[in-house]
Amino acid sequence: MRPDIIVIGGGTVGAAIAYGLAGFKQNVMLLDGGDRDYRAAQANFGLVWLQGKGMGLPAYQTLTRTSVGLWREFATEVEGLCGADLAYENNGGIAFCMGEDGFENRRAQLQRLHNQWDGGEPDWEMIDRTALERLLPRARLGKSVSGASFGRLDGHANPLRLLMALHEGIVRQGGVVRSNAMVLRIERVGADFRLLLDGEELVAPRIVIAAGLGSAALAAQVGLDVPLRPQRGQVLVTERFEPFLPLPASGLRQTGEGTVMIGATQEETGFDLSTTSDAAARLSRKTVEIMPDLAGAKLVRQWAGLRVMTPDSYPIYAQSQTHPGAFVALCHSGVTLAAFHARELARAIRDGELPDFLTPFHQRRFDVPKAA
Amino acid sequence: MFRKLHDPGPSAVTILIDGKTVSAEAGENLAAVLLRQPEGWNRTSTVSQSPRAPYCMMGVCFECLAEVDGVGSVQTCLTTVRDGMRVSRQLGRRVLSA
Ligand SMILES: Cc1cc2nc3c(=O)[nH]c(=O)nc-3n(C[C@H](O)[C@H](O)[C@H](O)COP(=O)(O)OP(=O)(O)OC[C@H]3O[C@@H](n4cnc5c(N)ncnc54)[C@H](O)[C@@H]3O)c2cc1C
Ligand code: FES
Repeated sequence: MRPDIIVIGGGTVGAAIAYGLAGFKQNVMLLDGGDRDYRAAQANFGLVWLQGKGMGLPAYQTLTRTSVGLWREFATEVEGLCGADLAYENNGGIAFCMGEDGFENRRAQLQRLHNQWDGGEPDWEMIDRTALERLLPRARLGKSVSGASFGRLDGHANPLRLLMALHEGIVRQGGVVRSNAMVLRIERVGADFRLLLDGEELVAPRIVIAAGLGSAALAAQVGLDVPLRPQRGQVLVTERFEPFLPLPASGLRQTGEGTVMIGATQEETGFDLSTTSDAAARLSRKTVEIMPDLAGAKLVRQWAGLRVMTPDSYPIYAQSQTHPGAFVALCHSGVTLAAFHARELARAIRDGELPDFLTPFHQRRFDVPKAA
Repeated sequence: MFRKLHDPGPSAVTILIDGKTVSAEAGENLAAVLLRQPEGWNRTSTVSQSPRAPYCMMGVCFECLAEVDGVGSVQTCLTTVRDGMRVSRQLGRRVLSA
């Protein structure tokens, strides 16, 4: 059957949008690339996170809040539809502060962020070391931990189960998911788009480009110049422990299985997926300062993934002016934003128009007027 | 079960496994010593709790983990016994600040 809409890119972003579109009764087809592609969706940390986000762009705070607010109901629906357990917890999250300076800097940063946003109550509070110890009774804190910021809306989930469940959910709602379906070229034919794959052509009146780092080449063919760069993040994982960390922290969380995830680095190293012992040493040292007992933990794995980064780090949501019907969706926090993508963004794409509150995320903010 | 073919004689050392005194030979592989104990296992799985014993004996399968001299999840097949060594079998997931 001819699809109403084709989503290009089967990572967490594309899959969430396609899942939402299928739920809105669109005849949706999701195309994912080859095995050797860069896949942030399979390398990420699993935080569903609000605190500290959106410096300089209050609309991003609002967007993230919206998604975090939708996450529980979204997770319940996905779990019910696919019989999956996303291990979503939203009992709050913490960012550890080291030393008195660290504590005051964090407070000042979050206060500045809050002042930029005029939407009501802050989502966070600063808690001193004693209060932090009460929150984490089974974790011994390092000497220089002075306290933390506590974000009451923060949480975490299993990102791989989320990705699998979204793919499954698309199919269960009547959509089609195809892997190894690399889109090589996009052409306009009348009111439709023709996608050229290896030895095959697909036609649809609407397309969504959500192909992570592969998006720039595709978006350029529908008149959208999306500046993207890879940012490497390395993650360490330990053996499984009995539960000792009841809340996720930025950079340190215990999963439902008992492993501890540590990370992630932020490195400008281009298209390079290497893991480095330098990063392992830095991440370990920082972690042991926070929780000295983790010095005795065995690491079982280290990996690297490439974040999908724009120049100001904020998402791009845009419809092409020259090629109406072609949309682009790119971001670096696709797990956190998954609920928003599956709900409001998918609805807007179905309706053929992005709402005004997404205007700050249009790609045109990066367009430089050409010199004569 | 496994047994030692020769008596180590004067090169015998003593180690403690879960508090029980066990005789071994100087230079002997710790996993080999664990394998010839009547219990026949050194840890239980962190997932299914089933008992596990050394398998590959060359450092790749991680079945042979035990606590050695206070250090958790040591690969015993890569460990040589030492007189007075204290070994504990590991039950499921470790407790972090033991
Ligand atoms: C180390 C690390 C930690 C992270 N931690 C978090 C976190 O804690 N919380 C959070 O919310 N986010 C986190 N992220 C970000 C999150 O992983 C991404 O936002 C998410 O994976 C979405 O990525 P994506 O779907 O846009 O891209 P990807 O996952 O990279 O997927 C893009 C897909 O497009 C396909 N593709 C590319 N080109 C084509 C083409 N021409 N035709 C067809 N298909 C194509 C590829 O095959 C690929 O599967 C983290 C990322 C990294 C790297
Ligand atoms: S027996 Fe396989 S790693 Fe020790």
